[in-house]
Amino acid sequence: MSSSTDDVARAGAPARGRSLHDRLLSWPPVVLGVAGTLLFLGVWELVPALGLVPAKYLPPPSETLGIFARNLTFVDFWLAVWDTLRGWGLGLAFAASAALVIGLVIGGSGVLRRLTHSTIEFLRPVPSVALIPLAVLLFGFDLESKLMLIVYAAFWQVLIQVLYGVADVDPVARNTARSFGLGYLARVRHVVWPTVLPYLMTGLRLGAAVALILAVTAELVIGNPGLGREIALAQSGGATAPMYALVIATGLLGVLINVVFRAVERRALSWHPSVRAEVAS
Amino acid sequence: MRALRSVFYVVALPAALVALWWLLTLGSDSFWVPRPGELVSTFREVWIGPRFMDDVVPSLTRLAVGLVLAIALGILGGLAIGSSRVLRRLSEPVLEFFRAIPPPVLVPILMVLVGVNDTMKVLVIVSGAVWPVLLNTIEGVRGIDEVLSDTAKSYGIHGTSRITMLTLPAASPNFMTGIRQALSIGLILMVISEMFASSSGLGFTIVQFQRSFAVTEMWSGIVLLGLIGVLLAGIYSFVERRVLRWYHGLKEVEQSE
Repeated sequence: MSSSTDDVARAGAPARGRSLHDRLLSWPPVVLGVAGTLLFLGVWELVPALGLVPAKYLPPPSETLGIFARNLTFVDFWLAVWDTLRGWGLGLAFAASAALVIGLVIGGSGVLRRLTHSTIEFLRPVPSVALIPLAVLLFGFDLESKLMLIVYAAFWQVLIQVLYGVADVDPVARNTARSFGLGYLARVRHVVWPTVLPYLMTGLRLGAAVALILAVTAELVIGNPGLGREIALAQSGGATAPMYALVIATGLLGVLINVVFRAVERRALSWHPSVRAEVAS
Repeated sequence: MRALRSVFYVVALPAALVALWWLLTLGSDSFWVPRPGELVSTFREVWIGPRFMDDVVPSLTRLAVGLVLAIALGILGGLAIGSSRVLRRLSEPVLEFFRAIPPPVLVPILMVLVGVNDTMKVLVIVSGAVWPVLLNTIEGVRGIDEVLSDTAKSYGIHGTSRITMLTLPAASPNFMTGIRQALSIGLILMVISEMFASSSGLGFTIVQFQRSFAVTEMWSGIVLLGLIGVLLAGIYSFVERRVLRWYHGLKEVEQSE
């Protein structure tokens, strides 16, 4: 695949001498996406069938996807999904609202921003998994230990974006609002909020992905109820195919969360130039 | 005077927090929260000594090997997939799916596939950290300015020189973002793989402390992990400033217009 064929295609593929690459390019992207997925599943099916990896360790998709489909009819599976999603949602909501309020307060004042900068830059890279032992000591298997990890991890993602957003507020707009006598809350509502919203949405999307990672991690390592614990149980019980089926379920959950948050982002920002330009083009 | 003020801004809040911590633990003999002095001396006892070579260095080596592999694979794969529209469309759904899998669930899978050993721990780091680098590189290659790309072609720049002179630099702001995400995912996975399946390493040691209720030692481990995270972030921003100096300069020019 040379990069030059790509450029030819971009310029409109000439009719004569169309290579395989150009012909594939004329297919609708969805078809190619499906083809790629089938190709991946085909390779996965072949690897254990040819004995490259024993089927005991890598069960083929025909078996794994069957178990995944059967899982969908089990109440226990949906209870595990619910446990994971509940921790994820509560943690994200708490982290996001705290980060939004704190971000608006800190970002609104130059002194506070400079005072907290070093502390934030120091605490942010601390890996939240470092808190696992502490969470276990404090809360054991309860929901709180999971929430503690999720909130810590998601909080920084949202806070940083809110701080960027507040810093991006147009000084002319802010001074105009002030000279028109808008109070603090009115300024936050009418000047700061519209600027911060796109940043907040980015922070929420990043935070949502991180919150899911930490929810599953807590279940896997600490043993809080949820999909992660089911995976750990399947693994220690030697139930390899069910384990793969559960991993697929967590992946699909991740995809779903991504899609939902992108949709929410587009809705909430439909007025924003970046989204309007995207629709127009 | 100005230098003094900026030092004050950096130090004031951390100093106030430590002072508060010191004051609050002064009278109490809490089992859960050690005193600052106690924590510092425990930190020195626990981590500076044989344990540094036995647990810390192997963990960090695995982390480094895993990250280097993930970055190399991510950039190479990203260049290949990014420069072909067909490959991009073929692989998009599968890559989106793999990116969405929470990386820690790869630990039990790799335990089954590879067994419990160093290879598995490195592979866990690679398999989690590769996605942000890969997807960001693809995005970067896709977004190359068409004028630049056409100019390079009309000057007859092809093959390797095209990659080193055009594609790689043009994608570098994107893959540097990916690398930053990869660093934090890699550190998380290093700890988890050791907590979940190991008899040595940082993650294992910290969980051991927790299980034996050695609370001060456990805190010192948390502090060490935090310091490693801060160190990684520091190294990253140092490298990023050098690699992307042209990019930050360009953006400044654009913004001042």
